[in-house]
Amino acid sequence: MAAPSKDTTAAPVIEVEDLVTHYGPRMILKGVDMDVKEGEIMVIMGGSGSGKSTLLRHLMALEYPTSGIIRLLGQDVGALGTLEMLDLRKRLGVAFQGGALFSSMTVGENIMLPLSEHTDLDPMTMQIMARIKLEVVNLAGFEDLMPSELSGGMIKRAAVARAIIMDPKILFCDEPSAGLDPAVASALDDLLLRLRDAMGMSIVVVTHELDSAFKIADRITVLDQGKILFIGPTDELRNHKSERIQNLLNRRAEEEVLDVDAYLSRLTGVTVDGGASL
Amino acid sequence: MAESQTQNPLSRFAERIGRGAVSGIEELGTCGVLVVESLYWLVAGPRLRQPVRLGAVFVQMMEIGIKAIPIVAMMAGTIGVMLAIQGIHTLKIFGAESRVVVGIAFSVVREFAPLITGIIVAGRSGSALAARLGTMKISQEIDALHVMGINPTRYLVVPAFLSLVVMVPSLTLLSDFVGLFSAGLYVGADLGISMAAYVDQTIEVLSLDDLTHGLGKSVIFGVLIAVIGVVNGASVTGGAEGVGRVTTRAVVQAISAIVVTDMLFAFVATR
Ligand SMILES: Nc1ncnc2c1ncn2[C@@H]1O[C@H](COP(=O)(O)OP(=O)(O)O)[C@@H](O)[C@H]1O
Ligand SMILES: [Mg+2]
Repeated sequence: MAAPSKDTTAAPVIEVEDLVTHYGPRMILKGVDMDVKEGEIMVIMGGSGSGKSTLLRHLMALEYPTSGIIRLLGQDVGALGTLEMLDLRKRLGVAFQGGALFSSMTVGENIMLPLSEHTDLDPMTMQIMARIKLEVVNLAGFEDLMPSELSGGMIKRAAVARAIIMDPKILFCDEPSAGLDPAVASALDDLLLRLRDAMGMSIVVVTHELDSAFKIADRITVLDQGKILFIGPTDELRNHKSERIQNLLNRRAEEEVLDVDAYLSRLTGVTVDGGASL
Repeated sequence: MAESQTQNPLSRFAERIGRGAVSGIEELGTCGVLVVESLYWLVAGPRLRQPVRLGAVFVQMMEIGIKAIPIVAMMAGTIGVMLAIQGIHTLKIFGAESRVVVGIAFSVVREFAPLITGIIVAGRSGSALAARLGTMKISQEIDALHVMGINPTRYLVVPAFLSLVVMVPSLTLLSDFVGLFSAGLYVGADLGISMAAYVDQTIEVLSLDDLTHGLGKSVIFGVLIAVIGVVNGASVTGGAEGVGRVTTRAVVQAISAIVVTDMLFAFVATR
């Protein structure tokens, strides 16, 4: 059951009811209920392998569940015909983890592709629209480069530009700041906030960067082994009393400490206690 | 898993064959689905506002067909000379060298031109198709097409499919001419037959049936190269290494399929 949001006036753009999915015989998502309201940033968090990407792939209708209902913009995706699905897709934007830019096309052509495939606009107009989106993501002037000529952060921003070229109602981002240095990651966070505030987009972000999540999220969903451990406003999560959740939030720090200890003990052949130093 | 390890080697062997057969049949099923899906998008694409782009077909035709002309012509020419040498050498035993033209005409048009063209295109374009789709799959570019509402079969597969089905026969026709011509040059030099006489004899022995036999076969080769390339590319798992694996697999499978199909055609046509 989705926890009530503070902003009860906004209509949900995504509704998920009792979502169950399998890969082969393995159950990955074990009855997920959640929703995403119009104009909010929903961050999906959880440990590695907890099902974040799987959930996201279902939300963007790339995969279909074993059972359960997913409604996007009020439409049950399981019940849509080819044409209706196509119309729905035009109102969704996705920025994949690695960017997924088409390597044989320039940045500009990448960004224009949805326009040239779905509209009858003339090339001039399409180019102008692409340039506007490039400016939104701070990549003005890069339209003639090939994706291979961009840095990791630039590729992710170009992917966002392509995702928003049709002015989607919902934007999906998988790990937007993974593998980026902190300054670049922070700029991407700002970009997402800008898209929410200036364009009123509803945004679903998968991340395991805690700082980033707390900075951008209106609400957070925490997944644990295919189940929802928490869903609610960001502050509520930050101050959550549950030991399980606090552990999860602190887990990354713990793992690093453990790694260092294991490494040192392997090096020296003795068990290192808390006070050991090099 | 544990259960199969306790079985005797014979039943394990049988199980392996069984599994192999099942996955082979599954793969054939995937191929069939792909052909049907491609035809579907070709016909229904415009109604769904997703027409197959002629520009993309043109690009593929350049890549698969036009750019292959030099190598296909060179190989067809070489095969023509090889057939002439071998034919004259063999027929000398019976003192019937002059009958070599008949043998060359049938061999080139019915067998060798389609075969060598199919093999070259499989090596050049079947592999490229598998590699491109495989790379696009692991970099999530195929997923990106899906979520943009661009059907990957329509956008990527159909242009390559169409191009192969048109270009393999076209290149085969070219091979026919080049193979016959180069054989003629050799026969002329060796036996002193004039080119005009060679051409006359060749036209006399060849019927339209021989030509359509070769070209018809080459259409099937085009389909095989496309389907095998796509199915392998789409089945990639595990990074760049996986792409290398499916690319090799696509070429080996396509050439094997071409040779076996060729044999079946020869068998059926000579009954
Ligand atoms: N294509 C797939 N086939 C089989 N299992 C998969 C596939 N994708 C993910 N899984 C499994 O599903 C579980 C959840 O994966 P995922 O959603 O990627 O987790 P996360 O993104 O939270 O790290 C993992 O145990 C993973 O091994
Ligand atoms: Mg993931």
